[in-house]
Formats: sequence, structure tokens, C-alpha cells
Amino acid sequence: MSGPGVNDFAIKVATVNGTGSASANGLLMKTIFRMGVPVVGKNVFPSNIQGLPTWYEVRVSGEGHCGRSGDVHLMVAMNPKTYEEDLAELSPGGILLYDSTWPRPAFMDRSDITVLGVPFASMCNDAFSVARSRILMKNMAYVGAVAALLDLDLDVIKGLVDETFAAKAKLIDANMQAVYLGYDYAKDNFACPLGFRVEASNGTDGKVMIDGNTAAALGCVYAGATFGAWYPITPSTSLMDGFAKYCGQLRVDAETGKNKYCIIQAEDELAAAGLVIGAAWNGARAFTPTSGPGISLMSELIGFAYYTEVPVVLFDVQRTGPSTGMPTRTQQCDIQTCAYASHGDTRHILLFPADPGECFDMAVQAFDLAERFQTPVFVLSDIDIGMNDWMVDELTWDDVYQPDRGKVLSATELEKMDTFYRYLDVDGDHIPYRTLPGTHPKGAYFLRGSGHDKYGGYTEGGPEYQEVVDRLRAKWQSAAAKVPAPVCIRAAGKARQGIIAVGSSDGAVREARDRLEAEGVHLDYLRVRGFPFAANVEAFIMEHDEVFVVEQNRDAQLLGLLLTETNVQREKLTPVLHYSGAPLDYRFVFDALMNVIKVRRIA
Amino acid sequence: MTSFRKPKIQRKNEPLNDLGLARVDYEGAMSTLCAGCGHDSVTACLTKAFFELSIDPAKAVKVSGIGCSSKTTNYFLNDAHGANTVHGRMPSVATGAIAANSNLIYLGLSGDGDSLSIGLGQMAHAMRRNVNMLYMLENNGVYGLTKGQFSASADLGSLPKKGAPNEYPAIDPVALALSVGATFIGRSFSGDRKQLVPLIKAGLKHKGFALIDVISPCVSFNDHKGSTKSYAHTYEYYHQAVHADYVPPTDEIKASYDEGDVMPIELHDGGIIQLRKLDQNYDPRDRAAAFQKVMDSKATQEIVTGLLYIDETQPDMHEIQKMEDRPLNEIPYSELNPGAEKLKALQGAFR
Ligand SMILES: Cc1ncc(C[n+]2csc(CCOP(=O)(O)OP(=O)(O)O)c2C)c(N)n1
Ligand code: SF4
Ligand SMILES: [Mg+2]
Repeated sequence: MSGPGVNDFAIKVATVNGTGSASANGLLMKTIFRMGVPVVGKNVFPSNIQGLPTWYEVRVSGEGHCGRSGDVHLMVAMNPKTYEEDLAELSPGGILLYDSTWPRPAFMDRSDITVLGVPFASMCNDAFSVARSRILMKNMAYVGAVAALLDLDLDVIKGLVDETFAAKAKLIDANMQAVYLGYDYAKDNFACPLGFRVEASNGTDGKVMIDGNTAAALGCVYAGATFGAWYPITPSTSLMDGFAKYCGQLRVDAETGKNKYCIIQAEDELAAAGLVIGAAWNGARAFTPTSGPGISLMSELIGFAYYTEVPVVLFDVQRTGPSTGMPTRTQQCDIQTCAYASHGDTRHILLFPADPGECFDMAVQAFDLAERFQTPVFVLSDIDIGMNDWMVDELTWDDVYQPDRGKVLSATELEKMDTFYRYLDVDGDHIPYRTLPGTHPKGAYFLRGSGHDKYGGYTEGGPEYQEVVDRLRAKWQSAAAKVPAPVCIRAAGKARQGIIAVGSSDGAVREARDRLEAEGVHLDYLRVRGFPFAANVEAFIMEHDEVFVVEQNRDAQLLGLLLTETNVQREKLTPVLHYSGAPLDYRFVFDALMNVIKVRRIA
Repeated sequence: MTSFRKPKIQRKNEPLNDLGLARVDYEGAMSTLCAGCGHDSVTACLTKAFFELSIDPAKAVKVSGIGCSSKTTNYFLNDAHGANTVHGRMPSVATGAIAANSNLIYLGLSGDGDSLSIGLGQMAHAMRRNVNMLYMLENNGVYGLTKGQFSASADLGSLPKKGAPNEYPAIDPVALALSVGATFIGRSFSGDRKQLVPLIKAGLKHKGFALIDVISPCVSFNDHKGSTKSYAHTYEYYHQAVHADYVPPTDEIKASYDEGDVMPIELHDGGIIQLRKLDQNYDPRDRAAAFQKVMDSKATQEIVTGLLYIDETQPDMHEIQKMEDRPLNEIPYSELNPGAEKLKALQGAFR
């Protein structure tokens, strides 16, 4: 359906984990990016350190589509163990490039594709003597062959190799030698370039290639977060790695060598949650990055922070559940868990970034909202956003920004007060004032997860208890107007149907919608970015006959949340569910919607 | 039922401390524990220690888990911030709070269930990090608040009020602390104020993690004949090994030290912990020896008490983390914001 054509095609590289192919694939993608052509990469990797199959998908899209297409036009099949499935996945008319050191006549079974063999292993064995470098150089050799086939700029490749090995100049020559092995072989033996190829452009001006975890880490730095605690878990680990790296660069006093931040690797996620609650209670901007299993463990303390009104920020980089699930595959499967995390009547503020750019912005907003509303705030990212490199607008920062620390009383303010009560709604906005330990004797209060009245005293009295939990509900509801507003895209013509999606589904949904529109199907689209839902979410559903709710989980969690939290009728919502663990592709959405729409038209 | 405060009445001629505060200024809400509960005696000792050390209550922070023992946070130091967290998670919340502002005085309150069962991991890790706090483990061998089940500190063979004796060996918090790196380890008894108050003072002044395991009998569920955590049993097997007194930096040290009898340990604030060794051959600076002593006492059922181990030389978490003295919550945003230009520069790597 899509491509292939100039600056419009998809490559997939199949390799073995731990063979160093990740850097070769990154090199391919960055080369295309530097040639000014929009590109997205999706890394499909196993939960393993060495030996299992891994794939890297690069979609080149001059039009700037950022979701997967579902097509593979060039398959670089470097892993004999997956030849069969790789062959099957190749789109009709596609090209299969493989290591012909060991010829595979079976590839000829498909007459609708072209098979190109390059003897990568034997060429590298002849050229390089060390066993490990032969393996690594094979990767660079396929980069070279792909460069010839796709007309990639060798100077750009050389520039990137220079940067990568700036500290080890010896390796530059060896790597380039390997690139040329593949490049020359392809040039000599095949008609290069292919019909689909890369043509330099200016489509990446003002853009960067960044993953969501790095962007979120930068967001935490810019938000002024000073405390982070975590327990390692794929796929959130790189968020804390990023925060540690940037703090090391930016937050160490030049004279004293002392840190203006604290990062603690906790003994488990329960401790990570406790640590950030303690730090936030004491006035530091504190966060913890984790994934589903961590959220499950943190639940009791999340409820504690909710009830005692401690502002903490949690990043849930979602991965496939239940239980350990498929730890390196993506899903949007923690929406409901996070919305109501913990026992009892609890409800939380959620933010749904759709790409790394929003991870940066929403990290900052998360801290402001947490402190404004004195409550935990969840940023729901996922593996696709968190760990893949996306092309997004360069991140920008407004130096005028001041953190919203919310209602915190200073010593001077406390001094002037007769009495201070932690949970009293003095301003009528459902948000009480808080104090930090050590500020002033009048500010002392008791943080308790047990029943308390509005004065902060222990209670087992029904009305006193209810008064506080009712205020908490009203406080949460009032956040609906403050979370990032939904993004609405209207169809060219009047649309009786609409789509709702969140987070990383956005790219595929938008592309599917555009293509449906091209076929005369008009659909409005609303991307929800926060919970509690803004008022126009319900309005959007009300104004359509049918709304497709596209999401990446089995149980239609977003749809369920819409039903619970708005007054819309069940019949209006049609689930479109993708939960294989692979990032959503537009073709899936297109087909699913088209099928339903056709049926509706017949009926 | 709503908790109520005791009236703060200033009595005539009541002694005041260096801050001009009276004992009542260190008190809190009325206890709702059973009459005679060991935990109330511990609270009284804590109140006395804070008062005598002239610690500004507003500069102290109390953190606890869940249990009868953990409730006591509310029964003293009304002007201090306090937190009743969730069961077994006090150490992490306290550690986070300390990371954000290490300039306050931190007191953790916990029970044997809270610390040795559900919270064993967190307690061990707080000790390992040498977090600068005093951790009171009010140990009664049972879960008081859930009505008397055995806890992990119940001794093998100890009898419950009804039913079969305990069949699992006890986890000894002192032995555990010795092995995971706590730098101040004491054991005491709620019934021995003379020992406990000075020990608390020393623990508060110690820089690093101070654990005091206090035998604190539960009169409702574990004070009967056959229980090894009863008042009677504790009195009978109680053995003082080392007595610790805190001497503030301002006090001239009058006592002359007879090596082997009284031992001074210098603290970071310039004060001194004076150790009076009641067991001549015991050196509380020797971790291995302390371990041996604790193990030996198991055989004799002796409850060795006092300051059993101290090491003033280890860096605490704050130091290990290379943090500024200034609390994280006082660093102005202007120092934390790298600025728009920097963000541009950083993104060079993403092209
Ligand atoms: C997650 C969780 N599980 C169980 C409980 C019930 N519970 C409350 S206190 C307690 C035991 C307390 O024992 P201990 O710490 O020894 O305190 P004590 O009452 O003996 O002073 C238990 C099991 C709880 N509060 N939370
Ligand atoms: S039940 Fe036991 S521990 Fe709890 S208050 Fe009563 S005596 Fe104390
Ligand atoms: Mg107990």
C-alpha cells in the first residue's frame, strides 16, 4: 500500500543479539537522517544479552510518517535462524539481501521477490584476522551493501564513523574498509541503486533523533528534579541512566565537586516508591521511572501518597504484560492500573506522551501538576516511545519558566498564622496548604495513611473521613482542565465517525486516517493526552455516531476508562485493539477501520 | 474516635533546657496503647532524651511504619513533622526524606513485625547505606496490633498465650545489623530507663545508621509465663555489657579514663560517647567480636544489652552520595535550570 519509492520504503535488518548490529543499524538510520530524509527506527529485541534473534526496522518516509507501515521492502537477513519468517514477511516485489557465503536455494521458493546474495562472512574473514572483529565488521559490510543499493552518501557515513570512533582512530579505517567491502561488491554485482532509494532532501531541518527515555530524563533535569530513585527494569532503565548522565554533566558544583542531586538505586520498587515519597514530602522534586511490574509493587505506597497528598512523579514505560510478559515488547497495558493504582478509592493524574518531544514537555508538566495538586502523577510512555529513536522537532526551552511548586507555606507565612491545618481547604479549590519539615513549629503535621479529618487528626468518624476523601475526588476532577488538552484533527468533510487514541498509537492512527480520507472516508480524530479527561473528550464522543478507540492492549483499557469516566453510551465505542507487542502500524488501523466501515455501509 | 492533645501546661519551677523549653514541649498526643505497654516507656525515654539534648522539636522528623510501636510517633514531639507510612516501608520513606534534607534529626520508629518480617529488606538496605538516623525497633516478639501472632523475633520455643510453641528460630536484629553494616548497634529494654535514655542520646548524636533494639513487652499478648519477651523473662536474663553516655562538646570531660574501664568515642559534632564496659574483655569497636558475643549469648539465653557496636569512621549516605550540605529543597531553581542555550548544545548529539 505504501511505497516503495524514492524516500518512501521500509528496511528490516534481522541479526543476532549481542553481535554489535545495533550500532550498524543506528548508523544506517542516522545516515538517512543526515541526508535530510525523515526516518524512524523500531528496534525489536529479545529479553536476552546474547544469541537470540533481533530485528531493526527503518522506515524512510519523506512525508514524515512516524508510525510503522507494516511493509518490508528490503530485508537484510543476517540471521539464518530466522530466514523463514524473514522471507515470509517481505512484501511482494521486495528485495532480500543475505549472506551468500552459505547459499540458500530455498529463497527461490518465492518468485515475487528478488534475492541478492553478498558473501559477507567470507569477505570479512579474508579481510580481518581477529574473530570478534570479523563479526563486527560483517555488520559494517551490510551497511556498505545497503548504502550502494539505496544510494546513501558515503561521506555522511564516513562522518558518522569518524564521530563514533573519535577516540580510537585505528578503528575508523577498519570500519570504513568493511563498509567498502559491501559497497563495492553490491556496485559490481547488482544494478545499484534500487528503484526505491534515498534522495537527499531538507526534510530533517530543525529536527533531532532522540528516544523518549532520554527526552524524559532531560525533562526531569529542566523541571528541576533533584531526587530520583529506581530499581532497574527494562524498558525504563535508560531514563535514569539519562538523568544520571545529565546530572553528572550539569549538576555538579565546579568548585566543590559536590552534587546538587541524589540518585538512589533502590532494593526494589517498593523502596523506590518510598524513597521518592520521602524526598517529595521533604520538598525535593522527586521521581521514579519504572514499568508495569514496578507499578504493581509500588501500589500500596502510591495509595499512601494519594491519601496523604505527597507530590511524586512516576514514569511508567509500559511493556507487554501480564506478569513478566514480553519485557522487550511494547504495549499500552497499564492504563487502568495506573488510573486507579492502589486499593481503596484512588484515582490519579495520567499524562500520555505520543513521542519523545512530548516526553520532554510532559515530564516538566508532570512535576508542576504533582506539586500543584499534591498528588502522584503518572507519565505513561511505552517501549516504542521510550527506547526507539524518533525524529521530532528539536527540543526547546523557555528560560522564563519557573516551576509551580504549588501551595507550600514559608516560615514567614506560618509565623503570621494562628493555626495551620494540613488538610483544610482554605481557598475553596480543594487544594490544602502544605509545609515542609523543619520550616516552623507551627507547620508540623502528621502524615498518615490512616483515616484523618480535615485538620490532619486521626479519625474513625464517617463524616470526617468522607469530607476528606470527597475533597480528594473534587481535587482530582479539577485537574481535568489542567492536564494537557486533547489534540483534535478534523476531517475535511463532515464526519459521523471519529477515532480516539493515546500515546504511541498516534503516528499509525494519523497515517491511517489520512489514507482513509484519501479513499473518501471522513474521520475526526481526538488524541487524549491526560486523565482525568478534559471536558471535550466526552463532547467529542457525543457528537459522533461511532468512535473507534484504538489502543495497544487486549482489554480495551482506554475504552473502559472512557465508559467509566464519561456519560457516553457503550454502543458508540468500537474497540480497535493491537496487542502483539510490536509497535502499531498504520496498515493494521486502516484495515480494521475499513472493515468495520464497509460493513456499516452495507448495513 | 479522634485523637486529642494533652494540654501544654507550664508548671511552676519546671526545669527548662538550653532552648528554654520544658518537658511538655516535647510531648505529643495522648497514647492509645494498652496500659503497661513497653512502647509507652520507650516514648517516655525518647521524650526525655530529646528534651535533655535540647533538640528543637521543629527540627526533628519522626517516621514510622504500621503497628502499635509505629503509632507512638504521634505520642511525643508534637512540633515535629511525623509520618506514619505503610507497613514495613518506613526505612525507604525516611531515607528519601533524609536525602532531601540531611540537616534535620531523623528518628525511625518500628516494631519487630514491621522491621523483621515485612520490612526486613528495607531495614537492611537502610543500614547498608548508613543512612544518618536513629532507628528504634520496639521489639515484643509478636504482632501487637493484629492481636498477638508470633513475629520473626520470637525465640524458638517461646510459648504463645494459647497454642503451640514457636517452631522457627528468631531473627536477631543486632546480629543482622552487624552483618549488613549498621555503624551504631545497641540493645536495651523499655524497663531500663537509666540505660535507654543515654543510649538514645548517643544514637541521636551518632553520624550514620544507629539501631537500638529495645525489648518492649506487649502486656496484652506476650507477657505471660513461657514467653521470652515478657517483663519477667527480660529482667531475669538481662545482662548489661556496655553502658553508653553521651557527653556534649561543651561539657568538660572530668572523668579520667582507666583504659579498659571507660572508653571515649569521639563524635562528629565534637561530643563524646563514654562507654563503660561492664564486660572487661569486650571491645564494642570490633565487629567480629560483637558478633561472637551475640552468638554466645544465644546459648546462655542471656540478653546482652548496651552499646554493642560503634564505628564513627564510616561515611554516611550523604557523604557517599557526594551531596552538598545544603538541602536539596533549598537549592534555587536558577541553579538547577541548565537554560535554553544548553539544551540546544546538548542536542548536537542527536543529529
Ligand atoms: C500490607 C499490610 N499487611 C498487614 C497489615 C496488618 N498489620 C498491621 S500492624 C501488623 C504487625 C505489627 O507488628 P509489629 O511491627 O511488631 O508492631 P507491634 O504492634 O507489635 O508494636 C500487621 C501485620 C498491614 N497494616 N499492612
Ligand atoms: S497490644 Fe501489645 S503492643 Fe499493642 S498496645 Fe497493647 S500491649 Fe502494646
Ligand atoms: Mg511487635
